Amino acid sequence: MNLFKLSWKYLTFRPLSTGLNVLLLSLGLAIITVLLLIQDQFEKKMTQDAAGIDLVVGAKGSPLQLILAGVYHIDFPTGNIPMDEAKKLTRNRLVKSVIPLALGDNYQGFRIVGTNHDYLNLYGAEFSEGKIWEEPFEVVLGSDIAKKSGMKVGDSFEGSHGISVGSHEHEDHDYRVVGILSPKGNVVDRLVLTSIESVWYTHDEAETEEEAATESDSLASELPVAEAEEPEVHLDKFHSPVAKTGFPESDVTREVTTLLLQYRNPIAAVQLPRQINSGTSMQAASPSFEMSRLFELLGVGVSLLQGLAFVLIAISGLGIFIALYNSLKERKYDLAILRAIGASRIQLLFLIFLEGIMLTFLGAVLGILLGHTFLWVVISQNDQGVVSNLQAWIFLKEELWVLGYALGVGLLASIIPAWSAYQTSIAKQLTKV
Amino acid sequence: MLLESKNIQYTHSGQKALIFPDININKGESILVLGKSGSGKTTLLNLLAGLLSPEKGTISLGGTNLSELKGQKLDLFRGKEIGIVFQKPHLLSALTVRENLELTHFFSKKKGQNLDKLLAELGLTAKAKSSVLTLSEGEAQRVSIARALANEPKLILADEPTSSLDDENAAKVVDLLKSQAAKIGAALVIVTHDHRVKSQIANFVEVESL
Repeated sequence: MNLFKLSWKYLTFRPLSTGLNVLLLSLGLAIITVLLLIQDQFEKKMTQDAAGIDLVVGAKGSPLQLILAGVYHIDFPTGNIPMDEAKKLTRNRLVKSVIPLALGDNYQGFRIVGTNHDYLNLYGAEFSEGKIWEEPFEVVLGSDIAKKSGMKVGDSFEGSHGISVGSHEHEDHDYRVVGILSPKGNVVDRLVLTSIESVWYTHDEAETEEEAATESDSLASELPVAEAEEPEVHLDKFHSPVAKTGFPESDVTREVTTLLLQYRNPIAAVQLPRQINSGTSMQAASPSFEMSRLFELLGVGVSLLQGLAFVLIAISGLGIFIALYNSLKERKYDLAILRAIGASRIQLLFLIFLEGIMLTFLGAVLGILLGHTFLWVVISQNDQGVVSNLQAWIFLKEELWVLGYALGVGLLASIIPAWSAYQTSIAKQLTKV
Repeated sequence: MLLESKNIQYTHSGQKALIFPDININKGESILVLGKSGSGKTTLLNLLAGLLSPEKGTISLGGTNLSELKGQKLDLFRGKEIGIVFQKPHLLSALTVRENLELTHFFSKKKGQNLDKLLAELGLTAKAKSSVLTLSEGEAQRVSIARALANEPKLILADEPTSSLDDENAAKVVDLLKSQAAKIGAALVIVTHDHRVKSQIANFVEVESL
């Protein structure tokens, strides 16, 4: 027998009261744990995904939406931009590099992104299997998609129209997997990457089908220019090498969705966005500026949740105080007996402090586990969103502060009951009964 | 003498001073402290146990003057050398029978008696791991006696141990206390208003009513 065991026995002797206090505290601490985990990783991931991108250019609309769609692939694009206008930017003296992206399709909710090989270099992507795309309809899978779909190099699949799951499928051209990327913990893990040409050709076919359906009995000969080609040319097009860098060549008017730009020098940060926003039909948005604005907006919600968590913890601290104080009233005689068999006042003081601390320690451990489990559930339910790249089972050193904070609450809640136990008069108590 | 109390006096606040008779007993001897309810018997027991400090007089146990011990030293001395049987068993209900006894070893830091043997002698082996809430009144009383004996103390103090028992059980409890005290060589002081006990312990002092 020792003080720990005795405290534990007293706690387990009142399972309902102990359980409720532990649960209440753990809920507050779980919220704090989730916030800590998300804050720490979300900001890191967002910064990591936008590394090397100074400016994002796309169709006019919400700048935040442009960033979320173009960099993080979690929102709908603001629209498309004419490729001719986009290409002009490559000749701008303030621009160091441009990576074009063409969006429009998905595979089981994972976005199919048409781009060039520079995009993979931007994220330092490495292949775990296969090679990069060389021809239209060859795709490289991000590690998450490969893992979730079970597809391997050589497999093929049909893309669906639109960037969210549930749209009709493009049945004319299957995508063929030629490579699978190693996990990097960034946005590329959950993208299907292919050439811009693949995205164009898929939609050329779709438009042809639509028009054929609506104008089947008309003599209208205004087919999309790309489809006016001879069948042999058409076949060659699908087996020609795609653009590895810059923009693909095209005889017809084409569009892309987004451009990821790097500045040539710091002056570009001041001049280029203004030039684009006022002098073109396109919109430019800075990822760092938009994300800091987003974090600011999210910060209000985070503060509210933190406030709620602290209120829960304060209530649980009060609950622990009431539980200890009430149990002490019932245990006055027990404490007197303990003194009579040799326990010192200090030992009784420690006994009560231990009970408070053990209660809050249990609450803290349960709260931290609950927080991680909650995040794990959220991540597993959102395998295509930005949270899918978060890790539920990493432990931050800040969680030790959560533990320390909880123990502080336990200590605080135990002060009055422990002092009351310290002052127990043995003779007075023993002569009461 | 193992236990010597001389000229002890104690005053509860707002009341007259209690003046107690001297008690002198040797190792293995027993004595009754008789007196009516409210005469101050329990106060005397608390003074002998070091739970209260006398205003006047001295209490010496095995050559140690209790008045000279303070705080933790007194608590430890009491835990090691004095076993107390209360009027009601008052066992710690969160613990098992054995754990109630283990506490005495823990707090007194004394190895004491082999608890399994002690429980066997008192017929409590089968109940050792049971919660004290499952015990009958008689069993609970025996556990409280075992708790007082667990550290093989020099002095056993019993406060009205027979007050709620019938003749047969009262005699059994006194016999048990006497035999166990004799076995470990402890002095036994029974504080009671129950004159039935006089037939088993001839040596007594009386506390006068106020």
